[in-house]
Order: sequence, then structure tokens, then C-alpha cells
Amino acid sequence: MQQLDLETHSLREVNAMLQAQDAQTNHTEWEILNPKGAHAIACGLDAEIDVKVKGATGYYCGGMNKHATIRVAGSVGPGVCENMMSGKVVVEGNASQYAGATGHGGLLVIKGNASSRCGISMKGINIVVHGNIGHMSAFMAQSGSLVVCGDAGDALGDSIYEAQVFVRGSVASLGADCIEKEMRPEHIAKLSELLSAAECDADPSTFRRYGSARQLYNFDIDNAGAY
Amino acid sequence: MDQTPKTHPVKPWTFDDRTTSYIRRAAATGIYDIRGGGSKRRVPHFDDLLFLGASMSRYPLEGYREACGTQVTLGTRFAEKPLELDIPITIAGMSFGALSGQAKEALGRGASAAGTSTTTGDGGMTPEERGHSNKLIYQYLPSRYGMNPDDLRKADAIEIVVGQGAKPGGGGMLLGQKINDRVAEMRNLPPGIDQRSACRHPDWTGPDDLEIKILELREITGWKVPIFVKVGGARPYFDTTLSVKAGADVVVLDGMQGGTAATQDVFIEHVGQPTLACIRPAVQALQDLDMHRKVQLVISGGVRTGADVAKALALGADAVSIGSAALIAMGDNDPALEDEYRKLGTTAGAYDDWHEGNDPAGITTQDPNLAARLDPIAAGRRLSNYLKVMTLEAQTIARANGKSHVLNLEPEDLCALTIEAAAMAGVPLAGTEWIPGQKGDCL
Repeated sequence: MQQLDLETHSLREVNAMLQAQDAQTNHTEWEILNPKGAHAIACGLDAEIDVKVKGATGYYCGGMNKHATIRVAGSVGPGVCENMMSGKVVVEGNASQYAGATGHGGLLVIKGNASSRCGISMKGINIVVHGNIGHMSAFMAQSGSLVVCGDAGDALGDSIYEAQVFVRGSVASLGADCIEKEMRPEHIAKLSELLSAAECDADPSTFRRYGSARQLYNFDIDNAGAY
Repeated sequence: MDQTPKTHPVKPWTFDDRTTSYIRRAAATGIYDIRGGGSKRRVPHFDDLLFLGASMSRYPLEGYREACGTQVTLGTRFAEKPLELDIPITIAGMSFGALSGQAKEALGRGASAAGTSTTTGDGGMTPEERGHSNKLIYQYLPSRYGMNPDDLRKADAIEIVVGQGAKPGGGGMLLGQKINDRVAEMRNLPPGIDQRSACRHPDWTGPDDLEIKILELREITGWKVPIFVKVGGARPYFDTTLSVKAGADVVVLDGMQGGTAATQDVFIEHVGQPTLACIRPAVQALQDLDMHRKVQLVISGGVRTGADVAKALALGADAVSIGSAALIAMGDNDPALEDEYRKLGTTAGAYDDWHEGNDPAGITTQDPNLAARLDPIAAGRRLSNYLKVMTLEAQTIARANGKSHVLNLEPEDLCALTIEAAAMAGVPLAGTEWIPGQKGDCL
């Protein structure tokens, strides 16, 4: 286990050390101590390493992650693992706004609650939130899945494209062009996989599925009120 | 027959032919007009300024004998590797999607041959573009289409786009007819559907957040390359101030004549300030922060000639950027294609339905047959010729004003032909010492 202490190392030194790891590295387990809400911790990683952040982080923890598994023993600020390409990020606490924004791949797990705009403009990432999510989540979500074991706030899935949203609890309201859809066996199977990967024992059959009505895909003046 | 003399029929100024045609089109279609390009209205511009030239009190430099430098360095504030350019003219961001692959290749070839940079656009970086561009600026846009850390690290600079001159405060829309399979794949969306680009970034709001976003991008790229912040011509003094505060290495300021691939005509013509009106407030902001020439300023929006370049530099810019002019150099709106423009219901010089993808010049299209019309090598050559001519013209003017480098041009080398231009540019009205709008002015 390699340890990096942000009280004795600069953010640049910590990130440079982690970013220098490649597929051949022997140092596959890392701990970051004393994050104390610092921003951009463990961003831009590109190797199959495990990184444990021992405390709460600020903005953009794990930003643009590739391959790495990052586990935060605390809560995270806005934009956790924004634009993630692959790998896995697990947040033991809560997440602020824009969690998983624009992510292209990988899995984001939030064991607590997520604030507004969770999964905004997601492009292939899978997100599993054990608790609740705030308003405008999955806004303009393009692909991937957002799983919410608790409740969802207002305007869920507004202007959604091909992403899928699964919610077990209540939905305050759906956004423009987002509708409830049939939960078929393939969706149950997919949801089961995601829940298992996210260390969540929720019953997949208790979720509802939401997605795009595809009515706003091409501009139509008769839909002007919905834009 | 009544022989009483009658006054000549008069069409109302308020409801001229252009206006009535607009009303009829809106009534027939139920949709606002979308088009490409920048503002078409006459606004105060570089044409309204003149250089004074040398005289008894200023020595000119000998053309062809005495050197006049044109090289510029962008991003000297924090980046380990600032962008070194041979000329003070760069190519503005234009997307693969809005433009054909051949057009993007030609832009890269032309810019590289002239010793300058080109810029990606919405939709990400293509291998062809990277391969043909010696210096490539990677745009970081609200949509994040195609954004990934590998391409980010291949870039020579990163440009965070907050706004653009054609539509400050607006997002974008690439209509479905231009979304072929490759464009769709790059953007993670199904082919054939309209692709909306958000008007603001999904994971930050305001300059305090932007400062942290810039930190993240620097951490991901190892603090190697400069970070530009591009803003539309809205509130240039404050936008420049806040960009510098957020940590920008370079501020790119795009006035209302700056082009767009597809935006509502009402947006293009009625939101934002003319380029000329934006430069001095931005320079003033940099001077007030003691950051002029430390954070570089790039001006775009209607730059067409070496004279425009020289005037922008004289007003305090470090470089300019061109988009529409580069497309024209490559063959856009060429009168040789007049017959085809007529078939599209327009005429050469006025064609602006770039969003429809039917460009006979093969530039603003994804139709493979039309795109194949553009020879990237020949078009790149035309662009490099044009860039070199503009540079020679700017040097000619600089020498005539006694300057050994184009960046030595200064406001006192200029006068204005109109009161409006004098006020906007902060230079005296020709034949006077009057700079309207300055403190103490008794208008």
C-alpha cells in the first residue's frame, strides 16, 4: 500500500504520482490521507489501480478517470468523476451537484444521497445512488443508466436522449420528454448487474424505468412549449 | 381616366422588403430563421479606423529591408509550454460536424503552412485534424461531445468556451440532417436527430467554479499547456476581469460579427456587441489588473484583412482569430458556384444555410459527395496564401508606423472616421483630439 499525504505533498505531486502509474505498475494500491476537501484529487488517472481517499473531497474528485478504482471514505463536492471514461468510483458518503456529469463510461456508486443534476449530460456512464437524488438529474442524458434506490427530485430526465433511469422511490416530477417505460426482463437483468456491482441489495423488481418519449428529437414548432 | 397627379408609391421604411419577407416566411413556416455566419448588419468596425502613418515625428521602417516581427506567444502566465506562433492570426474553433472532414483537414494544412494554430469545435478532435495541425487548440464546450482525457493531452492548448460572439448566452443545435454515423458516434447520440449543445457548462457555474475547473484541467494535463477562456462580446470589461481572476492564460473575445454554424437569426443580429466595441474595455481590464501582455488577448469577429489585424493589435490585442474569412479563402460562397447557389434559392456571398448540409463548396456539409468536392490540399494552400497576405499587410502597416514588430502598434497610431468608432475604439476622431465618451468629455 502506497500512501500519499496531502498535508506533506502538494496536489500536483499527488496527482502526478498517481497519473504516472501505467498498466505495468507494481504499485496497485494507494491511499490518500488528509484530503480535507481539496479539489481535483485523483483526476486524470489512467491505470488499473485502487485509490482510497481517506476523507471528504472538494470539486472534481476522480475527474476524467480511466481504469482506476477510486473509493472515497467521506463525501464529495461537485462534479465527482466528471467525464469518467472507465473504471469505478465509490463514494461512501453524499455527493454534491453534477455527480458523474458527462461521463462516458465506468461506474459511479454513491452510498448516500446525490444533489441536483446528478448524471447531467451523461454519455455512457452508469450511476447507482443508494439514497435520493436532487432536481434536474439526468438532464440531457445521452446514454448509460442512472439507478436511484431512493427518491428523485423535480424534472427528472429533462430533455433526455437514450439514457435509462431506474427509480425505486418516488419521482417528484418528470422533465420534458421523459416518460415512464415498461420494465421488461432485460431491464431487470441489467439492473440486477448494476446493483450487484454497486454493493446494493435492493430488489430490482421494485424499480420503475424512465426514458425518452423521443418527441423532441427533431425540432417541431408544434412542440415549442416543451422546449 | 383620372389625370390627377399622384405621389409616387412609397414602401414604408419600417416594413421594407426584407422585413415583409421575414413576416411572410414566419407566417408560412411557424419557425424562426436559423442560419450560419455572423451578423450581417452594418455596425462600426475596423473600416471606421485609419492608421496615421509616419511623419516628421515618427520614423517609418524600410519595407523589405528592416525587419518587422510577427511571432506571438500565447499562454505565458502558467503553462509550461506556451503556444508559439509565427503570425498573430489563428484559426477559430469550428466543429467536425458543422464542417466536413475535408474542410477540417484543409484548415489544419493551411494553418500549419502559415505557422499558426487551428482549433477544434463541438464534437471533439478527429485524428485527421490532429494529424494535419502542427498546433491544435482543443475546445472544452458545454456539450462535452467527444471530450476525453487522451485528446485533451494531445492538445497544444485548451480553450474553455463560455460563449461566442454570434450568440453570447446561447447554446447550439446541429440539425439532424448533418448527423451521419460518424458524427453521431463521436457525440454518443443516434444518427439523424437534432443535437443540442447546452448554453452553459454542466458542472460549473460562475467564475469561482471556473477557477476550480481550470485547476482540474491543469492537473489532468500536468500544467503543460495554456488554458484559454473564450467569451462572447457581452460585457468585455467584466468578462475579461473574471476570466483572469479564474486563472486564464489567454482570453479570447469574440464580437457579434463572429460566425456560428447554426443559430437563430434574431440571436445573431440582436445579442452581443460589435467587435470594435469590445477590444478597448477588455484591454482596459487587463491594464487595470496589470495583466496586459501577461494574459494574452485574442480578438475575433469579422477580421478580414491585414489592416483589420493591425488595427486589432494596435488597440491592444495580442492576436486575432478568423473563422468565416478562412472558409471564404477555402472556397465558401465562391461566385464560380453561382448556378448551384441559385438552385438553393440564394446567391454567392449570401449563402448562409450552413445547417442544412447542402453546401456546394463541400465545406459546411456531411454529404460525402459534396464534401468530396473540396480538395483539402488545394484549399489548405489557399488558406495559407490568405494568412500570409494578411500578415504581409499587417507588417506593411506596422512598418509605415515605425514599428519593428506588429505588437508594437498602439492606439496613438490610429484615428477614427466616425464619432461612434472613435468612442468605441477610444481613439480620436480624425482631424481632432476628441475621443468621445472619455472622462471629461463635454458631450
